[in-house]
Amino acid sequence: MVSKAVEAPNVGFDFSNYARNEFFGQRLQGIPKATSTGTTIVGVIFGGGDSGEEPGVCLGADTRATGGPIVADKNCEKIHYLTPQIRCCGAGTAADTEFVTNLISSNLELHALSQGRPARVVTAMTMLKQYLFRYQGHVGAHLVLGGVDVTGPQLFTVHAHGSTDKLPYVTMGSGSLAAMAVFESSFKENMKREEAIALVSRAIRSGIFNDLGSGSNVDVAVITKNGTENLRNYEMPNERGLKSRNYKFRRGTTAWTKESIRSLIVSEEVKSTTGAGKDQGGVEVVAVPTGAGAGGEEGMEIDS
Amino acid sequence: MALYHNAPMAHSQEPTAAPIEHRFNPYSDNGGSILAISGKDFSVIAGDTRQSEGYNIQTRYARKVWQLTDKAVLATNGFAADGNNFVKRVKQRLEWYEHAHHKPMGLKSIARMIQTMLYGKRFFPYYVYNILGGIEEDGSGAVYSFDPVGSYEREACRAAGAAQSLIQPFLDNQIYFKNQQPEPGSQPFIPGNLPLATVLSLVVDSFTSATERHIEVGDGMEIYIVMNKGRTTDDLLGEGKLQKGMQIEELGALGEGSGERTFLVRQALKRD
Amino acid sequence: MWKQPSPANSSFNEFNTFPLPQTQRGQSSHAHHGPVGHTQQPLVTGTSVLGLKYEGGVMIAADNLASYGSLARFRDIQRLHPLGKHTLLGVAGDMSDFQWLKKELDALLREEDALALTDSHPSLSPKNIYELLSNLFYARRSKMNPVWNAVLVGGWDKVKQESFLAYVDLLGTTYTAPTLATGFGAHLAQPLLREAYEAKAGIDGNGPLLTKEEAEKVLEDCMKVLFYRDARSLNKYQIATITSEGVSISDSKSADTYWKFAEGLRGYGAQTQ
Repeated sequence: MVSKAVEAPNVGFDFSNYARNEFFGQRLQGIPKATSTGTTIVGVIFGGGDSGEEPGVCLGADTRATGGPIVADKNCEKIHYLTPQIRCCGAGTAADTEFVTNLISSNLELHALSQGRPARVVTAMTMLKQYLFRYQGHVGAHLVLGGVDVTGPQLFTVHAHGSTDKLPYVTMGSGSLAAMAVFESSFKENMKREEAIALVSRAIRSGIFNDLGSGSNVDVAVITKNGTENLRNYEMPNERGLKSRNYKFRRGTTAWTKESIRSLIVSEEVKSTTGAGKDQGGVEVVAVPTGAGAGGEEGMEIDS
Repeated sequence: MALYHNAPMAHSQEPTAAPIEHRFNPYSDNGGSILAISGKDFSVIAGDTRQSEGYNIQTRYARKVWQLTDKAVLATNGFAADGNNFVKRVKQRLEWYEHAHHKPMGLKSIARMIQTMLYGKRFFPYYVYNILGGIEEDGSGAVYSFDPVGSYEREACRAAGAAQSLIQPFLDNQIYFKNQQPEPGSQPFIPGNLPLATVLSLVVDSFTSATERHIEVGDGMEIYIVMNKGRTTDDLLGEGKLQKGMQIEELGALGEGSGERTFLVRQALKRD
Repeated sequence: MWKQPSPANSSFNEFNTFPLPQTQRGQSSHAHHGPVGHTQQPLVTGTSVLGLKYEGGVMIAADNLASYGSLARFRDIQRLHPLGKHTLLGVAGDMSDFQWLKKELDALLREEDALALTDSHPSLSPKNIYELLSNLFYARRSKMNPVWNAVLVGGWDKVKQESFLAYVDLLGTTYTAPTLATGFGAHLAQPLLREAYEAKAGIDGNGPLLTKEEAEKVLEDCMKVLFYRDARSLNKYQIATITSEGVSISDSKSADTYWKFAEGLRGYGAQTQ
């Protein structure tokens, strides 16, 4: 059949991987858990007062994800989206921070829709702490929550057990002390936007270079009532240099025990018909090649 | 106010509300990695310079590789206090030997001595992985690797420490040519016969790669090169032989000087 | 950083607000026949010590508190101890072990002084004293009877005409760096010290060092941050400077703290009043 793909709006939930994940979960002993206990995440409130600038919140995070002493991801994103004006930095178990922020993000969207106005940061904070408290710390999400709502700039930390803090500058993760040292010695009230960004990236750098759990790049997000600016990889102080050798292998390096070549080009005839199996005049019969990748003309070829 | 039972940045050293540990633990792990590769008439022994505990960098420069004699270099990794004190004792024994025999101890004798010294503390071990490299009596490059209680073996190459599991498979592939079929009709690969330039680049790439993927490796590295007497140094000291950012110095002879030469190459590594 | 003292019969003392004294030195009532007394845990403890190399010398800082668990027990304790003319110890950890250490080292130095009177006996350099301490700490840990301290040794080497700064702790772990910190200071102060040092000297340390004034400012900043964030610290501290001129230890001082922003804070969550 030649049919036109149904145009579906690209919103809402996507369950297309549900069956696959369930299948993997049964095959393995449960779904494996990747953790990122090492992290530096921070937030500050800026603007207002004598600064003459819009009050806002500046969040920051490093981009290293670890599994034990191994770096699992050198450039991951730890600043999660909740709503257009609310972001949430996550430390702790990577999966938990990912899922809990996704869930609360969805619920905030529904909340905004039902109330007919944007959700507040306290609402996000309350939803997060109530959810986390219910799981008694087993959902290992340690969060820095920041955003701007009708009440102004708001900044919280949420611990995995459900307790919260409300302060003008906060840090979390294994690099929290390195970053907090920077804040405690250099934070000022009513900073300008650029000052806040500089302070946040300095705090993250402090974590990157002094805490082994943190590393790679600096991500920054700036939220004011005018919107959110996402400064992904705002600083990249740890780029890898060139390798001194080339590790390209000669074709045929890998030994084999058996060689079998098959054609992956499948052709089938498709006939369009209308009515009781009659040939339709004027409709072309097309051979549809499927499954042929790059270089798939004469079987497989090792890409050298 | 106790906020949580297990702080997000909790490390074993942090005060927690857990039942208090009463017994004193005399060991620690100070991270880092070492490796050594032998050639036909040279040996390369290297280590990074970071010393850490938990998620903390104690110092960005601590020595892990030690020149013992004109033809022997020892790399230590594991618990730094044990490592330093072990090296101190080894050096003392080498000095005594020289006083008694009027000649420095040979490489394979040092290896055997290290075995007995390690096994001597079998029931309160030195928590140290040792790799000894240098020039054998026959002039060949050699590497000996040890476990903490003295089991040892002569090899063509060995990696140890935090990033052993990252570096050793790479060395197996590049030095022993594991999982590599020789080209049909060509000579078979012979391990331990690579040119110095190749070995040096493999060492550098091992450490830069381990720095990328292991949090305890980084800051800087020190590469010791021991050359047999009479061997050319053109492939090390020649114009443009060293990569950018490398600094080299020749270490003066420790003893009478029987012709072997030791060089030290330093290079910076990432500090995150 | 240092473990809490705890009643021997209790494995649960969550808030550690009421540590009970216990005698671990000899379990048996017949003290002479009982096992040899070993420090199994520290009791009265000092927190962070900071050290920083600057132009022409070293500075070491430590506060004046000796805690008894979470109790701020002794608030006028000096944790900086000069040894001879050009060396100074900054000590964290168990204060009784520190006092023992002082006694032993002072005795040794008296002996050395006596020798120096009659002979051309060279005085102990900072490096000599550090080596001795390292060997002592490692030997004691190897006997499973640790000296429960972390020590910074600062000094001026008269022969090399350069400053000396190194660390040794109860495990016998040793290291040196242009900036050092023990305990909580390793987490909170070390990042600031490194940042300030590298801003001038560069990451290779080849640039100019901090001036005396700059170094003092950084240390005061660090002591303030530690007071803000380390629950076992006190806003009353001393800074020692060791130069070619010798050792000088400042009077106790305190950092200017700032709490005004706290007035505007309301609650920890949804509260507004």
